Amino acid sequence: MAFIPHTEADVAQMLAAIGVKRIEDLFDEIPAQLRVKSLAGVPEELNEMEIGRLMSERARSDGVALSFLGAGAYEHHIPAAVWAITTRGEFYSSYTPYQAEASQGTLQLIYEFQTMIARLTGMEVSNASMYDGASAMAEAALMAVRANRKSKSARILVPTTVHPHYRRVAVVAASNQGLKFEELPYGAAEGSTPAAALAKYEGEDVTALVIQQPNFFGRLEDVDALTDWAHARGSLVIAVVNPTSLAVLKPPGEWGARGADIAVGEGQPLGVPLSSGGPYFGFMTTRMQHVRQMPGRLVGRTLDAAGHEGFTLTLQAREQHIRRARATSNICTNQGLLVTAATIYLSLMGPQGMARTAASAHARARELVAALMRVPGVRLAFAGAYFHEAVLQLDRPVAPVLKALAARGILGGLDLSAYYPELGAALLVCATETKSAADIERYRATLQDAMQAVRAA
Amino acid sequence: MRVREKVIYEYSHPGRGASDQWPHDPGQAALSDLPATLRRTRAPELPEVGELETVRHFTRLSQLNFSIDTHFYPLGSCTMKYNPRACNQYAMLPELLARHPLAPESHGQGFLACMYELQEMLKAVSGMEGVALSPMAGAHGEFAGVAMIRAYHRARGDLARNEIIVPEAAHGTNPATATMCGCVVREIPVDAQGDVVLQALKAAVGPNTAGIMLTNPSTLGVFERHIVEVARIVHEAGGLLYYDGANLNAILGKVRPGDMGFDVIHMNLHKTFSTPHGGGGPGAGAVGVGARLLPFMPIPIVGKDGERYRWLAESDLPQSIGRLSAFMGNAGVLLRAYIYMRLLGREGMRRVGEYATLNANYLLKRLQAAGFDAAYPQRRASHEFIVTLRRQARELNVTAMDFAKRLLDYGFHAPTTYFPLLVPECLLIEPTETESKDVLDAFVTAMSQIQKEAEQEPGRVTSAPHTMPVRRLDDVRAARQLDLTWKPTAQP
Repeated sequence: MAFIPHTEADVAQMLAAIGVKRIEDLFDEIPAQLRVKSLAGVPEELNEMEIGRLMSERARSDGVALSFLGAGAYEHHIPAAVWAITTRGEFYSSYTPYQAEASQGTLQLIYEFQTMIARLTGMEVSNASMYDGASAMAEAALMAVRANRKSKSARILVPTTVHPHYRRVAVVAASNQGLKFEELPYGAAEGSTPAAALAKYEGEDVTALVIQQPNFFGRLEDVDALTDWAHARGSLVIAVVNPTSLAVLKPPGEWGARGADIAVGEGQPLGVPLSSGGPYFGFMTTRMQHVRQMPGRLVGRTLDAAGHEGFTLTLQAREQHIRRARATSNICTNQGLLVTAATIYLSLMGPQGMARTAASAHARARELVAALMRVPGVRLAFAGAYFHEAVLQLDRPVAPVLKALAARGILGGLDLSAYYPELGAALLVCATETKSAADIERYRATLQDAMQAVRAA
Repeated sequence: MRVREKVIYEYSHPGRGASDQWPHDPGQAALSDLPATLRRTRAPELPEVGELETVRHFTRLSQLNFSIDTHFYPLGSCTMKYNPRACNQYAMLPELLARHPLAPESHGQGFLACMYELQEMLKAVSGMEGVALSPMAGAHGEFAGVAMIRAYHRARGDLARNEIIVPEAAHGTNPATATMCGCVVREIPVDAQGDVVLQALKAAVGPNTAGIMLTNPSTLGVFERHIVEVARIVHEAGGLLYYDGANLNAILGKVRPGDMGFDVIHMNLHKTFSTPHGGGGPGAGAVGVGARLLPFMPIPIVGKDGERYRWLAESDLPQSIGRLSAFMGNAGVLLRAYIYMRLLGREGMRRVGEYATLNANYLLKRLQAAGFDAAYPQRRASHEFIVTLRRQARELNVTAMDFAKRLLDYGFHAPTTYFPLLVPECLLIEPTETESKDVLDAFVTAMSQIQKEAEQEPGRVTSAPHTMPVRRLDDVRAARQLDLTWKPTAQP
């Protein structure tokens, strides 16, 4: 029996100890009419060799394309040690460290993670993770409403340069609690949020302003000016940041005169494989003054009965298992194993490795854009600096071009027409340190062919 | 021997690093186009350590953990069963790991086939009409479920329904979820046998009832015998029934939530379908719905047109509650659950519920025979049961927490302690189907030993654990003198 070690003799002895004849008798409190009649929808079992073959065939059929997709999930080199250690049974098959004395490994690791993420974002305190970047932004909005006691409006300003999926998730997650999300338009020429977009909120009660850096288009926002505008008017600032970029870009803790109040983001670039969208992890950091409004687990260092240092879950009175209906969030299980991977990744990369990764991704993206601009009919949509992705505009429809590229094993980027129809035939492309000069040249040459094959609009 | 493993920052030396892992230095010119005002001026304080040091540090940390792979882990309500290694290996094939979430469907038919078949298998074992896979944990599935209940009532113009009923023994996530969905919580009592008090339920339902959230078997480790009646009362009042799937392992292959009358459920794939708990996640909280809630399911969902699989988006489901994650939830966890379900197959599903229940009832009987008090002695155990140490606490001054800590010294992870809050000095014990009789017998022996110690040298138990990397930790100090990040000079 798969994963059940019982022999017939075991079962007989166990039933005798219980005082029943058959296992079936143990279900005698369940009304008979409720018993399952058929599980026809579940196929017969496979053994490990058979499932291995099936999965390998399916994986092979999906293949590995040369990908220039980004848009919130990024291909980076992952050191072999990261997942070799992360999948050790002691990390892989343990649970939330409720019994601190038997979970010091996980607890200390989370404490180290909290430290690294706080340093990377330039903030004072980090939690132990949220589900992903999008849900972390939604939780940050809810947290801002609790933390900004002077504001009564529960009104959150969100630039349209924030990832469209994140904006959608925020509305789904928070609108039942009365939060109102209002979108700020971007400047058509520069693809970032101009100060003028805020003018109409002058003198109004705004709970928080969200700023994504780099924004969804890869462009850099004027984070200092936006942050100072919000703080001058009693609004909090929620930063949504890419952790790789923080090795070279100003961390949220240093934005404007006072720094952002909450920083969140997608942790996937830190050693987590793309894996069709998950599991990833969201991170969340804030200032000490707001720590009690923070959702999720927190680990603290303390002393044991013998006076030695040790680690334990702390400030649990914020959480659902203690405070129930008045908890800061319903989150319980989060993304522990991905935090394990990220902590090992950040240790191996260190400040130098992170800086090189960020600079290298940026350099590759610039090379990519320069190469693709040489293809007739391709132009850069926005003027100004970008990090490791950029929006291109084509003089013909994007979808058939992408299809032609895909047929030749290249995923050319994300078609933006469904998200930003006003941009016309727009394509979001990304390159990181994983792309070589030859990869970029292959994309350029293939794009040139594909463009010729698709008739101009 | 207690050896302190340093915080990784204490290994750090300026200039050291795992340089083989870094890309080549593109030089300062690479960043010349970035405006100086947007640049970072000081490098982030990350540890500077070599690769071997890093490997050794995290390997050592791992060795400070109890886990399923190393210890019996009967943590009630968490279903700590064996996580087959095959599920990990075949979910981590290079092509599956490399696939970008926004890659076209043409480059993901293999992956999408797995997701589609997982949806179908989960429908079959839950008795629901539709399944959506994107919620990323049980609590996230709860959120999706209650949001669908709200959307259903709203779509009917039934706007007053904002009350969610929960039994007093419910998981904390249930009331917390109701609040997140903008609902008001009404708690109802359970009787001395662990069943919902029907009179209280009848009094609680009305024109404001959005629905009820139930775990069945309940958090008390017993099957709700009035479930058919509960469903009738709630439905007649115009409410819907939410099934918290935390305890689905108890009845897998034996009874289906859909047949009990539930309208919406979440399934903790990291419990029932054996995906790893990972030291606190990732989980996966797939939701299943009955016919009434089909239009409201969260996207994305995998659909099938002929032989091609494709994503269903909001354009396919215009009444959907929408998107819950940036992409497809915890896809890699879903792959592990898929592989597990295929390894078990149809008969294997049945065996899960059967042997989980056999193990729990056997362990309960053995512990009772050894002198321990069951919280519900007249009831069958489900896949878990509650032992109350009220007597030991009163007579010997040895509490459930003391027993839990001493169990660690005997090489067993502690059961869930002090939950549910309804039962004083409780241990909620869930052995799961993957444990052998030998392990259960050894656990009984350990409990009996601890009982003897509690009677003869209680100090040994109340000061436990003695063999762990640390002694009992000062939680009050942790909360009062917050030390949440490492600092170069600070000592705890």
